Amino acid sequence: MCGIVGLYLKNEQLRPQLGSLFQPMLEEMKSRGPDSAGVAIYRDAVAPHQIKYSLAHDQADYDWQLLGSELDNHCQCESSIRQIDSHAILVCDAPEQTVRNWLKQHRPGVRLVGSGSSLEIFKEVGLPEAVYSRFELSTAGGTHMIGHTRMATESAVTTAGSHPFATGADLCLVHNGSLSNHNRLREQLEKAGLEFQTENDSEVAAAYMTLKIREGMTLRQTLKQALIDLDGFYTFCVGTTNGFAVLRDPIACKHAVLAETDDWVAMATEYRAIATLPGSETANIWEPKPQTIYAWGELE
Amino acid sequence: MPSIDLQETGLRALNTTLQSVEQKDAAYTITNPMGAHAIACGLTHEINVTIEGHAGFYCAGMNQRANVTVKGHAGVGLAENMMSGTVRVTGNASQSAGATAHGGLLIIEGDASSRCGISMKGIDIVVGGSVGHMSGFMAQAGNLVICGDAGEALGDSIYEAVIYVQGTVESLGADCEEKPMDEEHIKSLTGLLALSGINAKAEAFKRYGSARTLYNFQPDNAGDY
Repeated sequence: MCGIVGLYLKNEQLRPQLGSLFQPMLEEMKSRGPDSAGVAIYRDAVAPHQIKYSLAHDQADYDWQLLGSELDNHCQCESSIRQIDSHAILVCDAPEQTVRNWLKQHRPGVRLVGSGSSLEIFKEVGLPEAVYSRFELSTAGGTHMIGHTRMATESAVTTAGSHPFATGADLCLVHNGSLSNHNRLREQLEKAGLEFQTENDSEVAAAYMTLKIREGMTLRQTLKQALIDLDGFYTFCVGTTNGFAVLRDPIACKHAVLAETDDWVAMATEYRAIATLPGSETANIWEPKPQTIYAWGELE
Repeated sequence: MPSIDLQETGLRALNTTLQSVEQKDAAYTITNPMGAHAIACGLTHEINVTIEGHAGFYCAGMNQRANVTVKGHAGVGLAENMMSGTVRVTGNASQSAGATAHGGLLIIEGDASSRCGISMKGIDIVVGGSVGHMSGFMAQAGNLVICGDAGEALGDSIYEAVIYVQGTVESLGADCEEKPMDEEHIKSLTGLLALSGINAKAEAFKRYGSARTLYNFQPDNAGDY
């Protein structure tokens, strides 16, 4: 099971309503995944010399402001940090590796769930409406969102095992399906230096894509290579800086539907998640073909 | 013509109503389908149902005698196990359309996805556009008409169903082969196209069916088992 949804707003006038348009999409997929829910939202791009980090911690009263001030002192940088429930959005002008190293060394309980210029990731155990409300997403504006409702099959129901998973700067992945070669692949990726927070198969797919992009492949090349290297069932939706991409395995038995109007493009596991969008009645609707990359925005 | 708002009425009440109508040619319009699953399933009488919008999974499943029209897109498992009657979709359909269906006529004016007509047992399916991979898999009886192109492994392990394709076939499945278009096939296909209201010439199609080499155990193949 699991439900995945994606929405990109082509019409700029709709962008202030992104969160409210996306909310019924995610909630409609509750029956496919009541264990946990998560979203990636692309909004408020930071200045070119800054990087935005999505951080999470299990402790509800975690002192994020202290984290921010200590980071500034240790790394001689300027940062701002805003707590949103169990997550925080950190914007910092230090080099990314400096921030990653500092967090790993000084804040091992903090999970870095995403980074980039405009990407923010929020995910938690619970029903989608509860998760959505915790992170104040219904009033959020932005260009695009992808989301996931999880019915756990391969690993435990935890916040860390929830989707989306980051795959690089402003890149993240949601997955409906199950991979059959994830253990072998995890070993190979660990040898290449990647670290894992969970036993989750989708995290392996995300780490795989992270490595390929780090090695210099474009996202399009990465997705093509994934068709060869990933074994199992999958419909992926990959969030990118200015859009999203959809890829299905060669058998394509994990459901997916795409819909497009002049104002927006949407993907979902089932059409009912798209039905509430304005103009969906007259949208062009089709099922994406297997092993075919569908993309809105740049992949190169 | 009674109009039923699915969001107000609810799926179970809607289907109970449609299943209980016995008056021949009674006509119902369903509004606000919102992609709900199992709309107009299990109908048994000669009634006409029009769904104004996109339907979810398993629309018009197990249909007997009724005429169901979806004005929009239909999700997975359209007209699954249909016995008789007619189902028409004006848009595209997702995978496994007409799966295991025993009879009746299914018309998809747009494209159908993968596994269209999988294990069909006597239904006639006419697709105005193209079909995806593994269509006609283990198809036992009936006709699958594809006015566009067919994806990979068309008619894999097919029994006695007949497949007509006007466009290109990406690849044929195991034991499926091209066969000659005889006069009886032109006649049969012309009739199906006319019934479907789809404008195409039967002479432009190719016919595919079973090579019948998988029917019986072959001692020569023992090493493959």
